[in-house]
Formats: sequence, C-alpha cells, structure tokens
Amino acid sequence: MSSTDILHKDVHLEHDDHHDDHHDQSFLEKYIFSQDHKVIAKQFLFAGIFWAIIGGLLSSLFRMQLGFPEATFTFMEPLLGKWVDGGKLNPEFYLALVTMHGTIMVFFVLTAGLSGTFSNFLIPLQIGARDMASGFMNMLSFWFFFVASVIMFYSLFLETGPAGGGWTVYPPLSALPQAIAGSGTGMTMWLISMALFIVSQLLGGVNYITTVINMRTRGLSMTKLPLTIWAFFLTAVLGLLAFPVLLSAALLLIFDRSFGTSFFLSDIYVAGEALTNTGGSPVLFQHLFWFLGHPEVYIVILPTFGIVSEVIATNARKPIFGYRAMIGSMLGISLLSFIVWAHHMFVSGMNPFLGSVFMFLTLIIAVPSAVKVFNWLATLWRGNINFTPAMLFSVAFVSLFISGGVTGIILGNSALDIQLHDTYFVVAHFHLVMGSAAFFGMFAGVYHWFPKMFGRMIDEKLGYVHFWITFVGVYLIFMPMHYIGIAGFPRRYYSWTGFETFNKFMDMNTFITVAAIIAFAAQFIFLFNFFYSIFRGRRATENPWKSNTLEWTTPVNPGHGNWPGPLPVVYRWPYDYSKPGAPQDFIPQNVPYSQTQSSNLPHERDTE
Amino acid sequence: MITIVVALSILLLLVVLYLLFRIQVLASIFKGSYRRDIGKSNKVNAILMLVFLFVMGALFVWSFMDSWDDMVLPIASVHGVDIDSMFWLTMAVIGFVFALTHILLFIYSYKYQHQESKRAYYYPHNNKIEIIWTVIPAVVMALLVFSGWKTWAKITSPAPENAVVVEIMGKQFNWLVRYPGADNKLGHVKHTLIDATNEFGLDLNDQNAKDDFPGEPSAFHVPKGTPVLLKIRARDVIHSVFLPHFRVKMDAVPGMPTSFWFIPTKTTSEMQSETGNANFQYELACTEVCGRGHFAMKMTMIVDEPEEYQKWVASQQKKTFSTQLQAAPADSTAAVAVNSTSGAAGAIASASKQ
Repeated sequence: MSSTDILHKDVHLEHDDHHDDHHDQSFLEKYIFSQDHKVIAKQFLFAGIFWAIIGGLLSSLFRMQLGFPEATFTFMEPLLGKWVDGGKLNPEFYLALVTMHGTIMVFFVLTAGLSGTFSNFLIPLQIGARDMASGFMNMLSFWFFFVASVIMFYSLFLETGPAGGGWTVYPPLSALPQAIAGSGTGMTMWLISMALFIVSQLLGGVNYITTVINMRTRGLSMTKLPLTIWAFFLTAVLGLLAFPVLLSAALLLIFDRSFGTSFFLSDIYVAGEALTNTGGSPVLFQHLFWFLGHPEVYIVILPTFGIVSEVIATNARKPIFGYRAMIGSMLGISLLSFIVWAHHMFVSGMNPFLGSVFMFLTLIIAVPSAVKVFNWLATLWRGNINFTPAMLFSVAFVSLFISGGVTGIILGNSALDIQLHDTYFVVAHFHLVMGSAAFFGMFAGVYHWFPKMFGRMIDEKLGYVHFWITFVGVYLIFMPMHYIGIAGFPRRYYSWTGFETFNKFMDMNTFITVAAIIAFAAQFIFLFNFFYSIFRGRRATENPWKSNTLEWTTPVNPGHGNWPGPLPVVYRWPYDYSKPGAPQDFIPQNVPYSQTQSSNLPHERDTE
Repeated sequence: MITIVVALSILLLLVVLYLLFRIQVLASIFKGSYRRDIGKSNKVNAILMLVFLFVMGALFVWSFMDSWDDMVLPIASVHGVDIDSMFWLTMAVIGFVFALTHILLFIYSYKYQHQESKRAYYYPHNNKIEIIWTVIPAVVMALLVFSGWKTWAKITSPAPENAVVVEIMGKQFNWLVRYPGADNKLGHVKHTLIDATNEFGLDLNDQNAKDDFPGEPSAFHVPKGTPVLLKIRARDVIHSVFLPHFRVKMDAVPGMPTSFWFIPTKTTSEMQSETGNANFQYELACTEVCGRGHFAMKMTMIVDEPEEYQKWVASQQKKTFSTQLQAAPADSTAAVAVNSTSGAAGAIASASKQ
C-alpha cells in the first residue's frame, strides 16, 4: 500500500528523466493502473515485501510467547491493545497470529509476491515479447490481489480478531463462530479475500500460459527456453488447475457458514446447543483443501527452481547440467503434485488403504527432487564461481532444499507420520523446504534481476551481510525444531508447560526465538539496501552478470515494449557458458552460429 | 522516559550503521574495487562456505547428541517399536544423503571459486549419470515404501476380537471417556440428546447403553498386554488424540467416528521405575487445533496390570450412566428438547420413577 506508492513515485522520477516520449499516458495509467508487465511485476514485488514484513512480524510475536512463556508482555499493550490480557498474550490471539502468519506467507508472499513478481517481469523479457498476452488482464490480476490484500489486512484489526483456525481453516472450527471468535467476521473476510485472491491468480496464470505458448520470439522453441520460463509456465498450469478447487471449497464453506447448508458439518453440539446440520463431512473439506494445498507448495517452490537454476548456471559460468533432465523433473514434480494431497491426512480418519496409495505416490516425488539436487551439484562441479549475493542465496537454497526435503521422506511415510503428524517436525520440515528455500530463491531473484528492474546495482557488501546472518539464522531456528518435533511437541500450542511430557526444551525454545528475532531484524539490512539502491545505487550496465538470456539485451531501463528496435531473434539455448573455443565465457541466445564458428560443436555446424 | 532513551539509542545506532555503510561505499569507490568484476569478497565468501560447513555441521552433531535424552520418548506399545525402528533406519538413510550432498555442495563452492586464470568446464549433460542418480533413489524409495506399507498395514488392520473397547470423545476443551461395560458394546449415542448431564448424548433406550459407564474426568484406565481399541469421536470441532509414548494419533471428527488400536506394553508404574520419575504419567494431548484451550486438552491414561484393571472395572460398573442420569435428571428445558426429537426423555422419566 504505502510501499507501492513509493514505487510509483520512484518509477515516475526515473521515467521523467529518460522517456519523455510517453507523455501521452497520464501518471495514473503509467504507474498505478499500468498495463506494462514490468510495472505490474514491481507492484507485486512491493506488495510482497509489505506482506513479508507483516508476516515476519507476526511470527516474531508468537515466537516471543513460545520462547518466553513466563514473561509478561505489558510493553506490547500499546501495539496489541486488549490482546494482551493482564500481561499475557490472549491464547485465541496466539492462534490468530499463527493462522495469519501462514496465510500471509504462503499465499500473499510466496505465491503472489514470488510468481507475481518474477513471472510478470521475466516471461516477456526472456521470451522476447513486448508485453504479456493481455496487459489488461494482467493489470486486473494485480488489482484483484490488491483488494484481497486490503480485506485481509483490514481483518487484522477486527475486534473479534482475524481468522484463527489455522491457515488450513478446517471446518467445523472455521465454520462456527461459537467455537472460536476468529471464525466470526475474521473468517468471513478471510474467505472473501481468498476468493478474490484466487481470481487474481487465475487471471495471472492464464496470461502467463498464453504468453509462453504464443508469444515466444522467432527461433525460441520450447527446448531453448531458459529454465525460469519452464518453471513459471508449469507453476501457472498448477495454479490454474488447483486454485479453482480451493475456490469451490471456500464457496461451500461460505454456504455452510452463512446459508445453513451442511457440506462439512454433521452431528455437532457446541456452546450448549445441538446444531441441525447433518450428513456433512469435515474430511471432505480437507480433501478439497489439500487438492489445492499440495500443488500450492509446488506453486511456491517451482519458480525458485527456475530462478536458482538460472542464477547458478550464470554465476558458475557453466551450462546447467542436464537441461532436459531438469525440465523432465519439473514436469514429473508438477504431475505428481496433484496426486499426493492426502499425505496431509494420514491420521484424519480416512480409509487406511488410501494412506498406502498416497504414501507410495508421495515417496516417488523424492526421485525427481533428488535428480534436481544432483544436477545443481553437477553444475557447480568444475565451475568458476562468482559469489554474487544472488549466487550465495542460490547455493544456500540448494542446502535448505536438501535439509527440508529429506525429512519429507519420513513424513510421507504414513506409518512414521502417525507419531510426527502436527508436531514441530512438520513445522521444521516445511519451513526449510518450502518456506526458507522459497524465500532464498526469491532473494536470489531480487538480487539477480535488480539491475534490470531498477537500472541500478544493489550493494553487494550489504547483500553478503544480509545473506550470512539469514543463512545461519534459518538453520539455528529450524534445525532444533526437529528435535522438539521428535519429542512430540504439538504445533499451534500456546504453551507446553501444562504437560509433563512436553515440559522440557525450554532453553531450546528461547534459543529459537532469539535466533528468529535476529534473523528477522537482519531483513531490515536488505530493506535498507533495496530502497537505498533504487535511488542511489551504482548505475547498472546492460548485462552486468554476463548472462545469456534475452532480458540482458534490452536497454538498461527498458521502456514500454522492452526493445527499442525489432525483437531479438534466438539461435541457441541459454546456457552456452564457457564454451570451448569461444573468445568470451558466454554466448547470448541471440548470437547466430555463423558468428561463433570457433566454438560450434559438430552437430551445430549445419546451422551456421 | 526509558522508552525515549531506548528509541534514541536505537536511532543513534542506525545512524552509526548508516555512516559505516557510506564510508565503506566511498572507500570502495576510492580504491576502485567498485569497477572490478570479481574482487576479494569472492574469496572471503568461498572460505565462509567452508567455515559454514564445519561449524554448523559440528553444531548440528553436538546439539543432536545433546538433545538425545530429551528427544527420544520411551516406547510403551507393540507397534511403537516398529515405528521407531523404521524411523531411525530412515533417519540413517536420509542422514547419509544429507551429509554427502552438503559436503559436496560446500566443498565444490569453495574449490571452484572464481579464478582469473581458469575457465569453467563445458559439460552440459551426461545421460548415463542421470539414469544412475534416478535409479538409485528410486530403488531406495521402493524399499522404504515396502517397509512402510508392512508397518502401516499392521497398525491399521482391524482390531482383534478380544480388544478392550474404550470410547474417547473430544470436546472444547477436554476429553470424555466411556466404557462399554460387561457386554463390551457401546450404547447408541445422538448429539441431539446431549445436555449438561448427558454429555455423551447416550440413548438409554438402547440395550447396549444400559451397562456403559464413564471414565473419571482426568484419567482413564486400560490394561497392559491386551489390545485396546480406542473408539474416537468429537462432538463440536475436530480434535486429535495423541498418546506420544504409544505412538498413537488419530483425529476425532464430528460426525465421523474413527478408531485406533494398540497393545500397551508397560504399566504406568513400570514406566515410573524405567524413567526414574515417581510422578510419571502417560499423557494424552490434542494435536488438531480446536480453539482457545487447544494447548490444555490434557488427559492422563493409566496402564494397569490386567488384574488391577479388572478390579477397577468391577468397582466402576456400579456407576453406570443410567444410574447417574437417574440420580441427576436433566433440567426441564433440555428434557423438553430431547423429548421433541426422540422421546428418550420419556424413558428417562419413567426410569427415574421406578
């Protein structure tokens, strides 16, 4: 909101300097209701950053409660008002914090902030298109997201609090305001916001898919696409197929809440009253939710697969190892992501036979994931690595993806999930593999494409400091959570001290909280660097990372239409780094083979 | 006053940091390192990668070993042994992969850092290697899936005929327990029959309900060495039964009864001597978020020797629901409500006259 305003002012200044030829567009058309994919990408980025700060702040609040359960939080009264009750955090408010942290991070930051930014920014630039297939739909996509954001943000300030039934909003809890205050107006706003959010995702997704299929420049076949585009393309396909199912779940839940239907409610006696609902199934909601929910984690992580592959290849100065295997594994992961959802439901009471099927399908995903990791390692092998901040975040991404990914093999096993389901082991697992890893991928993307976005370089030294504090911090936060999870500590607990079994690891929880707050504080280094560099960073050159892809053939500040002259023509794949015989260690995609006779491989000679 | 001082010192700190940053920028412009493509920082980062591997690796190993005693819960059920052995076997497999890939990742990062004289090795693909590292994980996964299937099938198989049936019902925010009595059959329940005294909504017209008796509010008993079948349900929102020492977890879903059976292997007093904690109790926790009191839905499960358990059952059998509901009949409004739906209240009323 306020942050997007800053963006528009900035872009406004920049453009006034260089692009007076666009004077036929008003300020509003150019920077607020813009149909330019680059402006929309920045709008998503700024909104994502805004939400990430809110999401991080909420997690710091509830970590305070977990790390210092005996402390009094009177000093937070000015901020939280009546949610601090006699110096203690209100337990329902604690649940609301956890719920909103999850919702914000998964949907508003790592879906809209990540795909919205990089799919919008990179798809036209990397496929050699002037803009998205439909600039108008693209603009609508952002503004639906904006309205969804306003509603979700407003719900934080409701007197009964925002939604508090967990980000998975399982009914009946989420359907019954008698059961928890957050299921009143807070939940209504949550559902309306998510419905709008889904509309935004679909508008964006249709556009991304259409653009990639139809608008690639001459010579750019699907097998010459950068892996980023493959990743964004598959992400959009996943979103397009999965989000409507969440919309249907949300609609049915709205019916149950407001119009007396019984899709998810049955045989309930709550708050001294037997409800008339009968015949519904809460497990049905879980099936619908996770049919989106599981592809959703891949919607979060796939774009970063692409970003990281691109950044690693560029900075290791090597072709990505196994380009086709990388595409194949992404295709495999995308396909499998639709048939594993019930591994979130092993102990939900569903038929155990389903448990065996979903265990089998789930563990298959480990294979393409392992292939990706090995390919990244092989790309680093015998490279000539330039540790830009983007590269550091990418290497760390691989580390986090492994650390979080291997425990998925445990949780995907239904027999082992009995003990670990809904414990901190799960929290540790997904925060590493899709939370932190996706954040690291996003940071890699921001650091890497910052020069193209803003025409200036982001400060490297601050980037290094930001990276190392964050990387160490993330491991210090989430590694110990595995131990707490193995000991059986349940999730979403306001306090564990009531149980003898869980009355330990006090110091560990304090330690995690301190690490979390330090890691959160370190993000302000990034924020400073980001905003400072937009205005005062060193001026960028056209291709600062000596990269092969098409976006680096545009001017430093690409205008509307991206290329001033004709669109570039593509002759080769994007990973011709350090090709033997070539004078430089990179050959951009738009260089024809006829100009690189010294480095052409035997099968490339025909195309000279 | 103190707030102002804190705010001022934070402000000062930020100003100092900003100045340091400016000095660094100006110095690097002066030295010209801004113009160099790849500077000394590259080496520093490469070394830090190696340092990270060793320091964080050592910290991980140490903290893991240090947490071992707190982390590993003693096992008190038959299938718990299977689950734990499979868990630690899988941990060993993934631990190996985790260590191997991380060593490679950080060593490569260090070893192949940028060198002016060198050029990267152009090596775009090798299908043989791809096949090898596809097949090996696939085989390992297949083995894990098979062992998982075996254990899962055993755990989720139908409960043996002789299983002791115990019903546990979640509600905001505690657990209620019901025993089937001598016939080992739980009586029919209906949520519309629930009121302040008939918390289960028990239908006393049902023959099977006559000898049902409730567990005590804070603790319930099960025998050691025989299969125990927990019949699980919820009456308001979803809860989840979690018995960490027994490796038992199952959601309690309103409108959809679930179950889980297991064989306890150690009585509470045996576990008290094993852990050296005279106050040890098996605790039951809720693991599905259910509202304000989610974190406080605690109940104790007491595992008795079979003889003690029989004695306890005998002492409880006089306290059936039917005798208790007769002693304290439902209040009139609830009785009317119940009457209108099923007529069970009439049965209660006539029973109380006898």
